[in-house]
Amino acid sequence: MKPIRSLVLVSSDPESIGRGAQEVHRRLQRAIEAADLENEVVVSMVGDVGRHDALPMVIIYPEATIYGPVTPENVPFLVEEHLVERRIAAGLEASTRELSGRIAWLSARRGTLPAEQRIVLARAGLIDPENVEDYIVHDGYEALAKALTEMTPAEVINEIGKSGLKGRGGAGFPTGMKWRFVSQTDDYPKYIICNADESEPGTFKDRLILEGDPHSVIEAMAIAGYAVGANEGYIYIRGEYVLAQERLATAISQARQMGFLGETIFGSDFSFDIHIHAGAGAYICGEETALIESIEGKRGEPRSRPPYPTTHGLWGKPSVVNNVETIVNVPPIIQHGAAWYRRFGTSNSPGTKVYTILGNVNVTGLIEVPMGITLREVIAIYGKGMQDGASLKLAQTGGSSGSIVPASLQDTPLDFDSYARAGVSLGSGALLICNEDTCVVDLAKVSLNFFKRESCGKCTPCRVGTQRAYQILTAISEGVGTQQDLDDLQMLSENLTEFSHCGLGQTASVPIRDVFRHFRAEVDAHVQLKVCPAGACPMSGQLAKAA
Amino acid sequence: MSAVKSLEDLRRVKEEELERRKARAASSRAQITVGMGTCGIAAGARETMQTILEAIEDENLGDIIVSQTGCVGLCEWDPIVEVAIGQEPKVTYGKVSPEKAKAIMREHIMESKIIRKYVIPAYA
Repeated sequence: MKPIRSLVLVSSDPESIGRGAQEVHRRLQRAIEAADLENEVVVSMVGDVGRHDALPMVIIYPEATIYGPVTPENVPFLVEEHLVERRIAAGLEASTRELSGRIAWLSARRGTLPAEQRIVLARAGLIDPENVEDYIVHDGYEALAKALTEMTPAEVINEIGKSGLKGRGGAGFPTGMKWRFVSQTDDYPKYIICNADESEPGTFKDRLILEGDPHSVIEAMAIAGYAVGANEGYIYIRGEYVLAQERLATAISQARQMGFLGETIFGSDFSFDIHIHAGAGAYICGEETALIESIEGKRGEPRSRPPYPTTHGLWGKPSVVNNVETIVNVPPIIQHGAAWYRRFGTSNSPGTKVYTILGNVNVTGLIEVPMGITLREVIAIYGKGMQDGASLKLAQTGGSSGSIVPASLQDTPLDFDSYARAGVSLGSGALLICNEDTCVVDLAKVSLNFFKRESCGKCTPCRVGTQRAYQILTAISEGVGTQQDLDDLQMLSENLTEFSHCGLGQTASVPIRDVFRHFRAEVDAHVQLKVCPAGACPMSGQLAKAA
Repeated sequence: MSAVKSLEDLRRVKEEELERRKARAASSRAQITVGMGTCGIAAGARETMQTILEAIEDENLGDIIVSQTGCVGLCEWDPIVEVAIGQEPKVTYGKVSPEKAKAIMREHIMESKIIRKYVIPAYA
């Protein structure tokens, strides 16, 4: 099989459909098959492409050429010219005008490396992270200066609220609202906590930010402190991130010397300082209340919520807890304004999202893309297609606690609302791309093994549930699973969700739930036919191994 | 480093640094940047950096600025080395082993010939 050469997208918003987009799509498929290109060219419907002047539109990558309006009669000519002769199909191109959404983002980046022209990662990989002057030359600390000298705290919160920024740690809670809650309480002192305990398997976006652009985290936390009335900040960083800790410590001491941290910053009466607190390797400490417990010197176990950290956080005081990626969105928003920020992404999930892309794709790594891009585009454009021309079976978003997204959802826009509607979650930013050789039982087993090891053991549903679910999945993968096992697994999954004390046990059920929902037949094959369709499970028939 | 007490101070620091850079760029012929995130280092960026520094010393290339940066996200291509000669657009090399680094120093830095086969391809 040849690697995918071109990706053809057909707009399929209601207006395009009304103007015959489906017929265009059908004819494209037929014409591509007729030209014997079906192994090299992928055609798909993409939803709203961000402009409505020439619908239906056909966009062809990697050239990012935009055709429109395309009628079914145009299709043979389009395929012949663009895909066979590899030249622009004359007369069909849409007029050039300002684009919006992800099409604009991709078009503006034609012929560049994925590392260029970014928002959150603008400076990562460009500046010397241990050189504060380098940060300043690249517009560093200007947002802090603007906030402190030209804006009131309420204005800062308003701007963040208007930008529509949502938490990038996985839950997608509006950041402006969180800040407002903290600013409205009269309980002092207040704290800003940056959650840098990035432990989800397969994610390393925060590490990249911390290592490549540590000053941006400091600047953002200071802005947050000013906005809500906090004078102290903590960065809770994963213990294994040694280089990131060193670079943060260097950056903090530079910021103190330059007066970006300390007393009367930029001549205002605002003071702020930051402490680094290294974690000791527990996954659950990425949960905000467990993280707070850990900073306080206690066992990293989650608290019961409510009350939420916005009123009862660190040392029982109001605290903002923001993920690294979330908070580094703040300086660009303050600098360029909420309206500028809303130009990226979708109307309900503005801005960009950073993903680590890994698994069975040709190119792995870390990308920043606008919200609302589809999995298919990410794989084709950034992953350079599936490895060995294989086809996509599923993607696991956001590490072990993320969703298992079947290939049928690869045209669903990657944003909070679209994913929630489809019953999956965006997670914290890992895209594990799996081909047809991946067995879903094996995948669930690996995830449950992770949760089993990370369970603290405090509550029974999680302690016993994760252990028992892992045993059952192992038995199924050895070919000795029974119908009763499947029923038990279903029940365990429900119990984990409902009765676990904290998020760890609750999310441990997600892989089981998703596998049952999307791949039930494959699980049944293991139990009833004693066959692993993907050929990945040992199926040795020995229960001893299953223990 | 002097304390920055106002927006004007910040602008002044920025201007001064930009001036310094202009002066340094005028007196240097090339700038080499090595990606030194954990991923780069794990892939051998320290050895690559070492090789580049040794080549500079061996060949007495006093007019070259070498600096480090974080990871750009192209982890597949680590270690990554960027080379910019004068005002020319920078060239991004991927999977730069010490051997490739030597070749880049010899051909790109000393003879101004870009080694196309080591360059990371653009994505679209």
